[in-house]
This record gives sequence, C-alpha cells and structure tokens, in this order.
Amino acid sequence: MATRPRSAVDARTEPSPVRWLLITVALLFVAIFIVLPLVSVFTEALRQGFGAYFGALADADARAAIGLTLTVAAIAVPLNLVFGVVAAWAIAKFDFRGKSLLITFIDLPFSVSPVISGLIYVLLFGLQGWLGPFLSEQGFKIIFAVPGIVLATIFVTFPFVARELIPLMQEQGTDEEEAALVLGASGWQTFRRVTLPNIRWGLLYGVLLCNARAMGEFGAVSVVSGHIRGLTNTMPLHVEILYNEYNFVASFAVASLLALLALVTLAAKSGIEWKIGRGLTGRGH
Amino acid sequence: MSSSALLDRPAGRGHDQQRRAAARVETLDLTQASPPTSADASPPCLADARPKAAWRPRSIIPGFGLTLGLTLAWLGLIVMLPLVALFARAASVDPGRFIETVTSERVLAALQLSFGAALAAALANAVFGTLLAWVLVRYRFPGRRLVDSLVDVPFALPTAVAGISLTALYAENGWLGAPLAELGIKVAFTPLGVFVALVFVSLPFVVRSIEPVLQDLSPEIEEAAACLGASRWQTIWRVIVPTLFPALATGFALAFARAVGEYGSVIFIAGNLPGISEIAPLLIVIKLEEYAYGEATAVAAVMLLLSFVLLLAINLLQRWSRSHLERR
Amino acid sequence: MMQRRTILLSGAAAVALPRAAAAQQVRLLNVSYDPTRELYQDVNAAFAKSWSAQSKGSITIQQSHGGSGRQARSVIDGLEADVVTLALAYDIDAIAERGLIATDWQKRLPSNSAPYTSTIVFLVRRGNPKKIKDWSDLARSDIKVITPNPKTSGGARWNYLAAWGYALRTEGGDAAKAEKFVGEIFANAPVLDTGARGSTVTFVQRGIGDVLLAWENEAFLAINELGKDKLEIVVPSVSILAEPPVAVVDKVVDRRGTRAAAQAYLEFLYTPAGQEIAAKHYYRPRDSQAGAKYTAAFPKIDLFTIDQVFSGWQTAQKTHFADGGIFDRLYKRKR
Repeated sequence: MATRPRSAVDARTEPSPVRWLLITVALLFVAIFIVLPLVSVFTEALRQGFGAYFGALADADARAAIGLTLTVAAIAVPLNLVFGVVAAWAIAKFDFRGKSLLITFIDLPFSVSPVISGLIYVLLFGLQGWLGPFLSEQGFKIIFAVPGIVLATIFVTFPFVARELIPLMQEQGTDEEEAALVLGASGWQTFRRVTLPNIRWGLLYGVLLCNARAMGEFGAVSVVSGHIRGLTNTMPLHVEILYNEYNFVASFAVASLLALLALVTLAAKSGIEWKIGRGLTGRGH
Repeated sequence: MSSSALLDRPAGRGHDQQRRAAARVETLDLTQASPPTSADASPPCLADARPKAAWRPRSIIPGFGLTLGLTLAWLGLIVMLPLVALFARAASVDPGRFIETVTSERVLAALQLSFGAALAAALANAVFGTLLAWVLVRYRFPGRRLVDSLVDVPFALPTAVAGISLTALYAENGWLGAPLAELGIKVAFTPLGVFVALVFVSLPFVVRSIEPVLQDLSPEIEEAAACLGASRWQTIWRVIVPTLFPALATGFALAFARAVGEYGSVIFIAGNLPGISEIAPLLIVIKLEEYAYGEATAVAAVMLLLSFVLLLAINLLQRWSRSHLERR
Repeated sequence: MMQRRTILLSGAAAVALPRAAAAQQVRLLNVSYDPTRELYQDVNAAFAKSWSAQSKGSITIQQSHGGSGRQARSVIDGLEADVVTLALAYDIDAIAERGLIATDWQKRLPSNSAPYTSTIVFLVRRGNPKKIKDWSDLARSDIKVITPNPKTSGGARWNYLAAWGYALRTEGGDAAKAEKFVGEIFANAPVLDTGARGSTVTFVQRGIGDVLLAWENEAFLAINELGKDKLEIVVPSVSILAEPPVAVVDKVVDRRGTRAAAQAYLEFLYTPAGQEIAAKHYYRPRDSQAGAKYTAAFPKIDLFTIDQVFSGWQTAQKTHFADGGIFDRLYKRKR
C-alpha cells in the first residue's frame, strides 16, 4: 500500500463524506435490526434484577429444558459433524455427475420451512403415519419424545457442516492428498494428517453454527415435541411457555441464555478468524 | 459403474493403481472430465470413444464409494424418506381437491404474502447487505470487528426469541413502534411486520456471501479503470457490481429461501389476519389443527417444490458463475 | 447407521424406562389447553395428596399445554395422553373419531363430562374509556377488538359463537343479520393471535385494541397477574355457557394400565375439593355449594348453551369454522 502511488489508492475509495455517510447508514441498519432486539432481550430479562433472573433459571422446569436442549445438541451435532465431513469429502474431492443435484438435496433442509420439517416426521412416525402404528405396537416412541426432537434437530441442522466444508475443500484441491498417497500413506492417514489440519478451522466454524442452530430451533421442534413440561420442552419452547404464562422476566431470562449462547458462538467464531488471520471472512452460510 | 465396486477396493493399498494414477497426476486436471481408464468406470472399449459419458473421472483419492455411500444413506434416511412420506401423503389427496386447496383464495393470499414479503426482504437485504459488506470490507472505523460479528446474530438467535423481542420493539408502545406510530406507520401486526422479521432473519446471508468476493477483488482492476479515466461511480457500476453479481445473486437467493419458510419469528409479529397477514407456514399449522392433513401436506408440498427449484437454481448458478469466472 | 439406531433405541429406552420401573409409582399425562395451567398445577398437587392418603402409592401428573386443536392433533398423532382436558367437545370428538376414545365419552362423566364451566366476557382498559357495555358496542367503527383466531383457538370459537348467539337473540333469529353483525366485529380485529394467551399479551402488554374477548377465568387471571389498576371486566347482557370437557383416552390407559388412576383423576375434579380449586381459579363449578367465597365474584349472566342455539359442536363447526364455512366467508368479503 505504502509504495503504491497516491492516485491509485484514491481510485479505490470514496471521498470522506461519502464514506462516513455509508458507514453511518450501515451502522444505523445494524443498530436497528440487530442490536436493539438483542438489547431488549437482556433489558426485559433483568427488569426485576439479578435475583429474579437467576431464580428463573434455577426453576426445575427451566433446568429440565436446559438439560434437554444440551442433550439434543450433544447427539445431533456430532452426527452432523461426521456426515458433514463425509459428504464434503465425496463432493469436494471427486467429480461426478449429479453433483449439483446432490448439493441441492443437502441444502434442502435449510430452505424447508421449520413447520414442514416437523410435519414430515409426524407423517412418518405419527400414529396416523407410515411407521407410527408399528412402532407404537413395539413400544417405541419417536415423536413426542426425545428421539423425535433429535431427528427434527438433525434435519434442520443437516447442511451446516457440509456447506461450510465443501467450498473450503474444493478450494484446497487434491494436490496435497495425492502427494501423501503417492508417498505411501493410507487413505485414513491422509485424511487425518493432511486434510484434517487443513480444514479444522472451517470445521469448527461449521460445528459452532450447527450447534447454535440446534439449540435455538423452534418451529420444527414445536411440532414434534408434545410440550410436556419438564420432559419434552426444549429451551426455545420453554421461552414460549413462560411467555404465555405472563412470566415475562423468566421467559426473557431463558431467552437471554440462548442469546448469550449466540454471542459466545459468535465470539468463538471471531476468535477462529483471528487465529487463521483471515480477518473478515465467511463463506455462504 | 457401481459404487460398491469402489467400496470393495482396499483404500490406499492398490499399488499398481496408485502408480498408474500417480503417473497421470501431472498430466490430468482432475476437475475436468478426463477419459476413464479403468474397467470399473466404464467398459474400456467405450472409454476412449466417448469420454464425456463417464459418470466420474478416475482419481487416486480413496474413499469415494464409502463417503458417497454414507452420504446418500444418511441423506436418504434423514431427508429423503420423510420428504417422500410428505409427497406420498400429498399425492394421496384427490387431485381435484389438491388443486382446489392450493388455489383457494386464502392459500394463494398466504403464499403470496410469504413469497412477496420474502422477496421484499431479500431485496432490502441485497441493498443494505451489500452496503454493509462494502463498509465492513473497505472502510476502517472503530468497532468494525464487533459489527462484523453482530451480523451473524440473526442466524444464531432462536427465532422465537427474535419474534418476541421484535414484537416488543415494534408494537405501538415499543421503543421503535411508538415514534413510528406518531408518523402514522404501523409495523407490528401488519404485513410490514412480516417484512421486518424476514429482513432480520435473512440479513446475514447477503453480507456473508458478498464479503469474501469483495475481499478477493484485485485492486488492479479498479486502478486500471481509474487510470483509463473512469469516474468512481463508473468504476463501481461497470466494474465492481458485475463482479459481485454472482455472489449477490447467491446471497439474495439464500436470503429469500430462508425467509419464505420462516415461522417462529413471524407469528409473533404478523397479526395473522386471514388473507392479510397470514403466512403460508402458519396456514399449514392451521390446516393441521383442523385435522386436514391432506390439505396441510398439499400446501407443504407446493412450498417444498418451490424451495427445491429455487435452491437448484442457486447451485446451478453458482456452478455456472464459478466456471464462468475461471474462464475469464 | 448403527450409531443412529442405537441412539433411537436408547432414546426410546430412556423414555420407556421410568414407566417399567414404576410399579408403585403411577405417572399420568394430562394434555390440556392453554388457560388451564394454573388450575391443573393446583389440582395435580391436591390429587396426588389424596391419592397417597388413600395409600395407593405415589402419583405424578405431567402437563402439556397449548392450543386446544393442536393438543388434540398431537394426541391423534401419538402423544401418549392418559387424560385430555380440552376447550371444546369438538376436539375430543376428533380424537374419538380416530378410535382412541370411545365415542360415547361425553356420557361417561356427569354434566356432559365438563366438571366446570366458563363463559365469555369483555376485558377493557381501566375506567372503560370507550364505554363498552354490550356486544353491540363491539361492532362500532371506533372500537378495536382483540380475539384469537377461531381457526386455531378453542376460546376464540366460543367468542365467535357468543357474539352470534347475541345477534340471533336481538335480531329475532335472522341468521343473515347475525352474519353481518359478527362480520362487523371481526372487521374490527386488528390482530388474530393463534391462542388465547397470545391475545391477552397483545391487549395488555402491547396496548393494542380497546376490548379483549376472553374466557371469564382468563379475564380474572389477567387482572390479577397483569394489573388491577390497568384493566376491568365488562359483563355483557348475554353470553354463552362454555363447557370445557374432560375424557380418559381409552387406548392409552389400556396399554399403559393406568385406567384406574386416570378415571380417579377426572372424578376428583367433581369432588368438593376439586370443585373448590376450580372456583378458586375462576372456573364456574358445577356444584353450587363449592367455593362459595369465590363464586360470589362471578357476575350473573344470562347464558345460552351451544346445543340450544347451534345444535351441538359438530354442526357449529361445520357451518361456521370448517373450510369454506361462514368464518372464511367473513374474511373473503372483507377483501
């Protein structure tokens, strides 16, 4: 930059007033659409002070909801992590026909309305559905129980890890893996020693987003949960229930926990970006 | 060509295969469709005759069968099977009833609102998201990093929480709703409220699609344009915007796809008046609660089909723009 | 794949396990509608006490709440409810239609299987600034009416039918005039929330609208919870007798072996103790002696039943709320 002629630098930027106008507009947009809603969550949660706030979180039903949400994420995220790596390997390292179609199917859960995501499992496992009557005879409960919530969550968070890895691995190409293979490494060794170090930050980023989404899903889980207090209520559902009980402070307290989780996720993400020194980054979703 | 044949091959231990492939490594660009040479790809006699017909070019990287097999199996179980159940259910609805359902005035109004508001939100985000990405990449100002992380908030914040807090903000007695009401603008409980919620949930997609492209934009192009006498505005309009366009289109389509199906944040703020502020996903829920499973799946099937077509278009566009850019 | 199956199995086992281990410990699931949360919290505690006092072991009752229609649908789709306590008989009929409950369920418990009743009243802002006295005021052009969506909320159907019944009475039974009148009321509704609780929040917290059509018990609760200084109840000249029914879900209790407990649970609602708890939560008890100190608060209203005016839920549902019914017509005309 320093060696470049002044005029060239000028050619890449706008006059100062324009610049500040654009910055102001952008910041205003962020303030209105993002910061204010976030602030209002915490304001409402702390309306009656920290005592009421922590009291709400210590409530037995709230703790059950937090526990369930953590359990569901602990099952759904690792499964999607494995799937994401496997799918990204198949798609990024090889060329084959129908790849766009395959990627589209992997993307599909992302654009399917959450309501439909829940509905499809009801159609499959519900008592009026295909497998429901059989499963119910065998004494298995899928929907209105933990497995159904896990399934709906896996569906909703399905694309995240894969979508994060595919472009990354495509960009990196196959040269390094080929070299390792030629030098006699096994396939697994190649993956662990060559590919994994290359993709680990992208992988972590995908997992973080997947996790945030898994813990925050509302629509799909709402359809398959059955809303049994202390048993099948996840945190987002508990937020709604408390809200409907006019217990606004408790409702926003649980909501703030989810918002906090979102912020921690984003902080971790920024940390990752810092680490890889890419500065501003992010690809696709 | 079967993936099981590949699956049976012990990964990394076929030495002759490796040697053969290694010899080809320098000469072949693996991303191009290259003539297959092995028997399990296609009959050897045909291979040279029609190289483009190969389903997949050879590669020395192992695990294709295994990973593709697992991907397809997992995809089949989690995504395809339930979706098939949905379409089977929708198909079991009498065709006349199906058409009647999805063309009824109320369903059309709901679809129109969902798709219309999503389109408007995606357009708004295309403008402001691009602006935001531009400011974040090109300018230096205090708090830039913080703002950049905040862009992801709508993505990570649970939709129900977003819905409740947006409603509280934009209701007539809310922080933003009160001043707006004095100007005679009502947001909460109107289609405008739907729009606001959708702008919120779909904001990150445009920004995140454009940022990397903007970063990679080589300065020489702009400098060259400036040297050739183009004004700043001309440079932006003629040079930068066309380069950004594929990424913008992707971000726009992603934002749109996300917004069309949004439920959790919208139902709190929408007002839910039939034909006015009732979104399509809510209509599905309403149909379900009337025990009209067939009709609910019919609406769901229509929405799904539209999303699928849209996504396929994005992916093809992405593929096209990649090869297009590479060629340049 | 194996991994996934194991998880499904262990998930199912985790849910099934407590049931198997609990020979002495009975667990019931009561699937109910939105406004009964506080009521059943008290009922469950009192019933559990009386159950263990009769040395029948310990009993836990789990609750699920939501819109009446949604809850009924969940039971139809396999939510294992031992008892359902919903907002209207139509929703329990829908479950019975799928063979989960005997079709004569309404005759199995006293008083149409509705242990308590309620009605629809108006909630207005303190001091009644818009001078709302009766149903006819709701059709005034300067009034904004808050009600949930009759398509998704049981309570909203009672609201709608109450308005219709009033119009029939004042217009001498002219259905066309009733339709026009109810249409005018719904034209005054700026929001249709999906559930009764959502409407209350809209009215009280968001400050939208001049009058909220609400269950009587919800109106009392809203005043207690959200501010005596902000709201007051207006009692219309005539309203509907809402009978929220209860039933044992036969298929489920027979499979789980919980019929005795489920039956006892519902019968408890009819005991003086159960009736008093209902009265305390502003449900009108069937037993006029029960909870006299609470019932004194109930205003006298001229109440008609759904059977008298609409010849039962099935007919009412079909003519008014089904797809293409009168309610849909009201909105079609508006556009």
